[in-house]
Amino acid sequence: MNKISKQEVEHVAKLARLHLTEEEAERYTRDLNDILKFAAQLDEVDTSNVKPTSHAFDVRNVMREDVNRPSVSNEEALKNAPDQEEGQFKVPAVFE
Amino acid sequence: MLLTKKRVSLKYQPYLNNERKGETKVSLFDKRLSELHDDLKKKELSVTDLTVASLARIREVDKKVQATLLVDEEAAMEQAKALDERLAKGTEELGLLFGLPAGLKDNMVTKGLKTTCASKLLSNYDPIYDGTVSQKLKEADALVFAKLNMDEFAMGGSNENSSFYPTRNPWNLDYVPGGSSGGSAAAMAAREFYFTLGSDTGGSIRQPAAFCGVVGLKPTYGRVSRFGLVAYASSLDQIGPITKNVEDAAYVLQAISGHDGMDSTSADVEVPDFLSALTGDVKGLRIAVPKELIGEGISTEVRDAVLAALKQLESMGATWSEVSMPHTKYAVPAYYLLASSEASSNLARFDGVRYGVRADNAENLLDLYMESRSQGFGPEVKRRIMLGTYALSSGYYDAFYKKAQQMRTLIIQDFQEIYENFDVILHPTTPSTAFKIGEKIDDPIQMFVEDICTVTVNLAGLPAISVPCGFSKEGLPIGMQLVGKAFDEGTILRVAHAYEQAVNLSPKKPELGKGEA
Repeated sequence: MNKISKQEVEHVAKLARLHLTEEEAERYTRDLNDILKFAAQLDEVDTSNVKPTSHAFDVRNVMREDVNRPSVSNEEALKNAPDQEEGQFKVPAVFE
Repeated sequence: MLLTKKRVSLKYQPYLNNERKGETKVSLFDKRLSELHDDLKKKELSVTDLTVASLARIREVDKKVQATLLVDEEAAMEQAKALDERLAKGTEELGLLFGLPAGLKDNMVTKGLKTTCASKLLSNYDPIYDGTVSQKLKEADALVFAKLNMDEFAMGGSNENSSFYPTRNPWNLDYVPGGSSGGSAAAMAAREFYFTLGSDTGGSIRQPAAFCGVVGLKPTYGRVSRFGLVAYASSLDQIGPITKNVEDAAYVLQAISGHDGMDSTSADVEVPDFLSALTGDVKGLRIAVPKELIGEGISTEVRDAVLAALKQLESMGATWSEVSMPHTKYAVPAYYLLASSEASSNLARFDGVRYGVRADNAENLLDLYMESRSQGFGPEVKRRIMLGTYALSSGYYDAFYKKAQQMRTLIIQDFQEIYENFDVILHPTTPSTAFKIGEKIDDPIQMFVEDICTVTVNLAGLPAISVPCGFSKEGLPIGMQLVGKAFDEGTILRVAHAYEQAVNLSPKKPELGKGEA
């Protein structure tokens, strides 16, 4: 059984774009280890010849006609924007 | 803290004042939705009557139950007035849900009504569109003015993960209402609305319905559009009704079902007449009872209540046999890996850029993402995002995500084998009755294993209904679950309805006196 270290938890948090406090990092290390131990039950079953299922029923791509349709207005699209400028979403600098 | 309660303006104040002088018309909530529809048509009742009763009831009891996050009284009265004006002009072409005040779980996008998912991160989100279900309610002439409490982003089984306040169980305010649609189930049990909607990813409609003594229906995956349902685990999520009785569930399901071009997983299948399925006849019905969900791990009181229900159905002409679903034990770990993986991907969109609450101390873009998410998400949401991110990360994908997907295949096969010889599967909705607020909050695994009776159904995409089937010694409701074949909601509704009519449990209502809160 894999054991996940605090360093790995901090790495996963970074991938998930979460900033953990010291306390959270410790808590989640403990929790994730408990959960992974719980999940290890799955290894009791040999699934080497079993096809994985992503959806209970078959799902296929659904296409619509490629035609112009009305869309939301610029004002509507920006209605919930935390910050905006000249009709666009505004964010802090990407590069320092 | 109450999020937003928009009090009614002076114009409508007299209506509510009149109502408050007398007894709140709780009796209106006892009527079946189809009866209310007829009463409205015969003009024995106005939409304003129904609406005022609902608003007065919310004012009276929701301080205790805390099931609502947002109630726009003014919008409710405006809608009622407009519908009454239509009624005065003629009773032709009234929508199926004409004049019925509805409560929606707060993960359903509603134009002009804030949609928060009970998360700090979305506490200011004011949608510019209606999700399909909200749209369908409006087209059916229901009143949409209230949003209901839930576990944040539908993650949890107790409503304790709401970022705002926990909902309480109307049968005993010290107990949880279940979750994640705890607000929807508690509001229905407390008779604040005529019906409510919840969403179910791993039991989130059925478990709170069982805990609160009401009916909860999870339709077949694809039966109801997910467009405008804030996604938790897209391959499992499904919207469904929570009602006081089975007929109402059929009634509401009729109005919200159907293929939708806006949801590519929406099923292009015919929607049958669900009400006509309620024949009361269960003669010759073959019921399967999985031994894994009636034996060890199920409390004696719950087991006894479900066995009594089986006896009842037997006396009405059904037969039942014990069967085995050998992979049941693995459903909970498989579910948590899959749901968390999908969640980690779905919740990546909440980055503080286009909507939601942005952290104000960010120095650069990465910082903005990290801080907005870290400050906005609660502990359970973070835990599942972390678990999902880990399960999907390179090197662990096969061991966790793929393994869980393979288990999903085996669980689906368990169901297929049973349905070769049986019409429905019956077992408890929950291993035990509602637990106390705070009792399990610190132990995620203990909270997970509670879901053993519900998650298999989501993994297989099947329809299932929870129906009240008794009470514990402490006076807490017990629910039993009927699981049907894909797109055969008719059969589970028929059996649930026949049982409910025979035992006549549903009129029992909580008194809202029990508990400290």
